[in-house]
Amino acid sequence: MSEGIDEPDRPEARAGEGRDLFSKFDDLIAMREGLLSTGQEDPFNLVMEKVLSPTRAICNGRDTILLGTYNYMGMTFDEDVIAAGKQALEDYGSGTTGSRVLNGTYSGHKACEEALKEFYGMGHAMVFSTGYQANLGIISTIAGKGDYIVLDIDSHASIWDGCAMGNAEVVPFKHNDIEAMDKRLGRIPEGAGKLVVLEGVYSMLGDIAPLKEMIAVAKKHGAMVLVDEAHSMGFIGEHGRGVAEDQGCLDDVDFVIGTFSKSVGTVGGFCVSNHPKFEIMRLVCRPYVFTASLPPSVVATAATSIRKLMHGSNKRAHLWENSKRLHQGLTGLGFELGTKEPQSAIVAVIMPDLERGAAMWEALLKEGLYVNLARPPATPANMTLLRCSLCAEHSAEEVETILGMFERAGKAVGIV
Amino acid sequence: MDRAEVDARIRAIVEPFNKKGTEIDEDTTFAGDLEFDSLTVMDFVAAIEDEFDIIISMNQQAEIETWGNLVDAVTETQN
Ligand SMILES: Cc1ncc(COP(=O)(O)O)c(C=O)c1O
Repeated sequence: MSEGIDEPDRPEARAGEGRDLFSKFDDLIAMREGLLSTGQEDPFNLVMEKVLSPTRAICNGRDTILLGTYNYMGMTFDEDVIAAGKQALEDYGSGTTGSRVLNGTYSGHKACEEALKEFYGMGHAMVFSTGYQANLGIISTIAGKGDYIVLDIDSHASIWDGCAMGNAEVVPFKHNDIEAMDKRLGRIPEGAGKLVVLEGVYSMLGDIAPLKEMIAVAKKHGAMVLVDEAHSMGFIGEHGRGVAEDQGCLDDVDFVIGTFSKSVGTVGGFCVSNHPKFEIMRLVCRPYVFTASLPPSVVATAATSIRKLMHGSNKRAHLWENSKRLHQGLTGLGFELGTKEPQSAIVAVIMPDLERGAAMWEALLKEGLYVNLARPPATPANMTLLRCSLCAEHSAEEVETILGMFERAGKAVGIV
Repeated sequence: MDRAEVDARIRAIVEPFNKKGTEIDEDTTFAGDLEFDSLTVMDFVAAIEDEFDIIISMNQQAEIETWGNLVDAVTETQN
């Protein structure tokens, strides 16, 4: 480019003016421009023009199988769920325009909390406007100055942000490393409050935590335990309560955090607990108090969905079959996966680098398959991943179709 | 344990992480001079914690930019 063209675009540095606050994003902007200048379809700018079912949509003009949503149990188009939402919309209006602690608690919010208490068999349930806010609020509120939070290094952003928002000392340990956790808990000064934060399923690689062992270690040190079961609710465990239920240690979990944005199929978050003083959270937890409550239609769809998920064992069984078949098929094709065995409804395919990951993502999209492209810094060990999340509504035939798409795209891009 | 001994022991720990063999003095920075990313920081901190049987919380890590800061912080825990 000639200097003449270049020059006028360059911001003039004027004496006395501060620097552009956006300059800290220059590296990221350059990386994106580099990627897109090759003609690559933007992986982070996909538009779904029409949603045909929990597993199919028209994306960027193409009929596409969805393998990158968190609609694990396919509840988004459930007839009863839709009917409950429509009814609530008509009866209670489109929104509450207020906080849960002022004018924003309708009977639907209470009914939703009742459904959660029954679902988990716990004494208390608190519904937040998102799962992100549930982690942000509970963690930052219960762990205060002088307390210690001991957490897995691969924790979700909402957990890290909850730590950053509070005043507790934050101590991470290596992913799923029981000994590293044990050592750190043992070194915490006597008398300090301790909170251990774990997840049931880690969503990047789709691996699960050895919760039974980890929670036993936490209890040995007198710590309270919070488990985020966002990606296991509805699917893992006999009643779909999550990994802690599956491993027989749910009774030792002090706080379960969850979301409505995955298996439940709408939006919202929650914390359930048996702590006798839990209700005080409603007054002291700022991300609960200082935001508007969920619309009536949303809590109605959530409550209906949660109650149906209690009886979802057939769907759970089919989803396991799908996950096992996809995992086995992709392994057979020569793809490298995030886990040796299928451990959840997430199957993560490890890409050699971002360029080929993005190329593979685009090749799959052109085949008619949507998966999630995950890249650093959201991923462990700076990996680029194509994350596949299965749905109980994917048919066995669809899973075979998906494997065919992976084979063709993988060969075209030169990954297998 | 005095500061010189803490320094020597951390020097032994940092060696495998100092891939380019960068010369380390009091003002050497971890992010800048040693090019540590967050994963390296975690492994390095864990190794120091185990060596001295201490915790260096993220809050404390935020205050540590240079080699000198680190040696000071660890020395403080030993007295
Ligand atoms: C582990 C985990 N926790 C919490 C959340 C936040 O959930 P929500 O989408 O309800 O904000 C997510 C989802 O992004 C998650 O993956």
